[in-house]
Amino acid sequence: MTFINYASREINCKIVYYGPGLCGKTTNLQYIYDSTAPTAKGKLISLATETDRTLFFDFMPLELGTVRGFKTRFHLYTVPGQVFYDASRKLILKGVDGVVFVADSQEERMDANIESLFNLEENLKSNGYDLTKIPYVLQLNKRDLPNVVPVPDLVTELRRRDEPVHEAVAATGTGVFDTLKSIAKLVLTELRKS
Amino acid sequence: MTDTPIIMREQQYGRIIAVLSKLRLDSFARVVFLVDKNGQEIAVQGEVGGLDTTSLASLAAGNVAATGGMAKLIGEKEFPTLSHEGERESIHICIIGRTLLVVVFDDRSSLGLVKLRVKQASRELATIFEEITRESEQTAQDNPLLAGITDDDIDSLFSS
Ligand SMILES: Nc1nc2c(ncn2[C@@H]2O[C@H](COP(=O)(O)OP(=O)(O)O)[C@@H](O)[C@H]2O)c(=O)[nH]1
Ligand SMILES: [Mg+2]
Repeated sequence: MTFINYASREINCKIVYYGPGLCGKTTNLQYIYDSTAPTAKGKLISLATETDRTLFFDFMPLELGTVRGFKTRFHLYTVPGQVFYDASRKLILKGVDGVVFVADSQEERMDANIESLFNLEENLKSNGYDLTKIPYVLQLNKRDLPNVVPVPDLVTELRRRDEPVHEAVAATGTGVFDTLKSIAKLVLTELRKS
Repeated sequence: MTDTPIIMREQQYGRIIAVLSKLRLDSFARVVFLVDKNGQEIAVQGEVGGLDTTSLASLAAGNVAATGGMAKLIGEKEFPTLSHEGERESIHICIIGRTLLVVVFDDRSSLGLVKLRVKQASRELATIFEEITRESEQTAQDNPLLAGITDDDIDSLFSS
């Protein structure tokens, strides 16, 4: 939920990166973190297991600049991907302003993508949101790997509406900022309509 | 179709700061802050130097969300307060509507005293926040700041 503070002149929004386990959500945040000036970001908090799997969420605050004299701050979250962390995923979607679905382009992860996308729709619904109405972006990640599904097939299978689609290689940063810009724009545009 | 934005005016912010400031003095706390349930910091008072309040705010909200989830599983609505006591530093969190009041204190204070003072402050904060919520719903409709955002404004955020 957007929070507008006239005293500190800030607009705060919440963006959640969603997707199956190991699709590259944390890698997206890590890349944004590594390539952002220290003054524009806070700490990257990772609540991870000892084997580096996201346990609850990753979190990073990011300042993108000012609009009409107000600082725009985006709070970026990722969810844990494994199926059994569903309760955590539901909690993290509370108050969300925009969602990025990170799909893993590898053939053998197709079922996991479909399952996770379905799970996103369900969990949004249980929080009172509709995937077809909120600011939403689809990222097709891991395009560098040899065994990827062709983009048109992924789009047919995973695109839910008119959402922007971005190809990415989060590990090297390709498409990461395009995705972020895309969702940030949609969130601000939605805010204007409210 | 996301939630209506919360819009906090300067005057309301000033009243919140006043309550937090008094609470901090009365409870001998190190830091007192108010956080939105989604983890966004609303206001802080106290010895903040070096403390990463943005991260703390997000983790406090995560903490409350997780224990709230546990509460539902065992048939409770939520756990209205949470306390974590360390060797020297401790944290007390109290849910007030859609916000969380977080008090960080050390051995200059005690959990009992903090709880007592928090109870008093939370009534005042609840009143202020009811007003903010009520007004937000009205002003989000035709807010000059929001309505005035242009495509160019949005594009210029990403020009660098
Ligand atoms: N080849 C390749 N590997 C990637 C890419 N993005 C992420 N990875 C790797 O995939 C693994 C899981 O990534 P992670 O971000 O932890 O996934 P998460 O579970 O969605 O947070 C890590 O080993 C990453 O280095 C990519 O675009 N290409
Ligand atoms: Mg992760």
